[in-house]
Amino acid sequence: MILLDEDTKCLVQGITGNQGSFHTLEMLKYNTNIVAGVTPGKGGQSLESVTIFNSIEEAKENTDVNASIIFVPSPFGKDAAFESIKYLDLVIIITEHIPVHDSMEIVEYAKKHNTTVIGPNTPGIISPGVGKLGIMPTHIFKEGNVGVISRSGTLTYEVASQLTMNDIGQSTCVGIGGDPVIGTNYPNILQMFEDDNDTDAIVLIGEIGGNAEEMAAEYIKDNISKPVVSYIAGMTAPPGKRMGHAGAIIQGNSGTAQSKINALSDVGVKTAKMPSEIVKLIKDSL
Amino acid sequence: MKFFEYNGKKIFEKEKIAILEGYLANSPEEAKEITSKMDKSVVLKSQVLVGGRGKAGGIKFADTPDEAFKKSIELFGMEIKGETVEHLLIEEKADIKNEFFISVTVDRNNKKPVIMASSEGGVDIENLAISSPEKLIKYHPNPLDEFLPYEAREIARKMQVPNELISKLGTIIWKLFNIFNKYDATTAEINPLILTDEGLIAADAKLEVENDSLFRHKDLVKMNNYKEKELDFVKLDGNIAVIGNGAGLTLTGMDMIKLNGGKPATFLDIGGGSSQDTIEKALNMVLDYEPVKVIFLNVLGGITRADDVAKGVIDVLNKTPKKVNIVIRLTGTNEKEGQELLEKAGIPFDISMEKAAKKAVEICKSLE
Repeated sequence: MILLDEDTKCLVQGITGNQGSFHTLEMLKYNTNIVAGVTPGKGGQSLESVTIFNSIEEAKENTDVNASIIFVPSPFGKDAAFESIKYLDLVIIITEHIPVHDSMEIVEYAKKHNTTVIGPNTPGIISPGVGKLGIMPTHIFKEGNVGVISRSGTLTYEVASQLTMNDIGQSTCVGIGGDPVIGTNYPNILQMFEDDNDTDAIVLIGEIGGNAEEMAAEYIKDNISKPVVSYIAGMTAPPGKRMGHAGAIIQGNSGTAQSKINALSDVGVKTAKMPSEIVKLIKDSL
Repeated sequence: MKFFEYNGKKIFEKEKIAILEGYLANSPEEAKEITSKMDKSVVLKSQVLVGGRGKAGGIKFADTPDEAFKKSIELFGMEIKGETVEHLLIEEKADIKNEFFISVTVDRNNKKPVIMASSEGGVDIENLAISSPEKLIKYHPNPLDEFLPYEAREIARKMQVPNELISKLGTIIWKLFNIFNKYDATTAEINPLILTDEGLIAADAKLEVENDSLFRHKDLVKMNNYKEKELDFVKLDGNIAVIGNGAGLTLTGMDMIKLNGGKPATFLDIGGGSSQDTIEKALNMVLDYEPVKVIFLNVLGGITRADDVAKGVIDVLNKTPKKVNIVIRLTGTNEKEGQELLEKAGIPFDISMEKAAKKAVEICKSLE
């Protein structure tokens, strides 16, 4: 598994909010190692077994936390992200609608501090059997040896549930986020799966917009020896329209599904026509 | 949120970038009156939010008030890429010595702003990037650092302009970047930036502010009379309405319709965490959209709960007087409860997206 393993000790930023508290309880139910919560002004309170602190520095003084999951509303996302990037190794930003100017600063700040940022606008990460740092339903995942990377939340659920129904488990599923500017792109995650002993094959789920999938294909060519199969959503999307995600837009001839499928097939990555076909492609590759 | 040229120019003027004398006309009579008051040759510019209006015939020249009146009759009501011209910007016709291009956008791959500039203004910059990439200067300011005037002058120097223009052009580049930052823009562009006897002037203004940033730009929302969409609803040219929870799954739903020989009429993303209320709004939106013959509702609940979806569907179907052809795929969180509700109401559903998509196409074809 990658990113989230037995050594990950996570705190929740925005733990007292609606989303934050609901998902903290869900993550605890899945036995995730949540060691603290942070909400300024609510230090000393607790949510079930989780102690709440006023700041990350305070949480760090009292626990051995090394990761954070952020649920604060978008106007406060940058502030929360900078705070955790400064003190921790892994930061997962669930928050949707963070201004792209803030995201560019977050990404640059993370680079400076050598912190891994996943998101924004991500469903998070799940390592089945170990825990989840995210908002995904858990019953559609199971332990196994397939790594999943995706820009889309519900499409990841679709693919994971197909895999699970066919008895193919997952090592880790990573949602990298649907925004145009995100902390970690496909290549970094692909490399982590390549280096991970628990992962034998990789599913790459992409969608229209930008050229992240083309760059992933380029990276796979020279660096990834494990089998990769893919699914790209948006064959029927028209140009010039933003399709749900801020990042999902075809601009001119750039960002089409066909361009991504071509780039991937050029480097030997098979692309499924529909999500259920991924099961067969994975079975063939293992 | 895109700005009409005349509003983009208001921002430029406020930030001390020179613009041409110009006034907004809402009718041919106003166009005539403005031209008469300006007492010089003018350019009549259609105010639309799409690019390529020049090629589409949306810009005309006039030397007299009567000519302005006649030509503006042709422009008002004109369709440019699906947009109707309702306003004209009447601007003085400038004596152009030279044209430049400067633009600031977000570079997704570098995760930084990118300034692009060229001495070949007025042209299609996408073509220039392919035909002569050496003429397009690119620079990525660091998002954490202050962008300094010397950096902008350096871009101007690389554009190979005469010495006397380096500081002046640098200043405009510097101002444009500051507009990009201050207004949370995804695009701030001047094409062309023209050189006249009066100096450097923005002859056009392209400005787009990111929707996710509008909470800190309430004044701009008011200026543009902009209404934020509650749901991501894109109209397409087919007849099967595709509704889904989450962008990726909704896109996939569209693709499955196409794969089975159907044509999507909508992309409607109700979001990853939608409630009964959202489902009802979404269904009513597509029910009111004329070309729709069949609705394909594709839900795999994560945060969205299947029972909420079912309640929304039942409520809408009970209330509408219309005969509705709907194919529902419903799984995920609380699926048992949701499916039971639909069964009790006598509404069929599927658990496989692919099967449901096929069925939607079959029903649509049987109606033709």
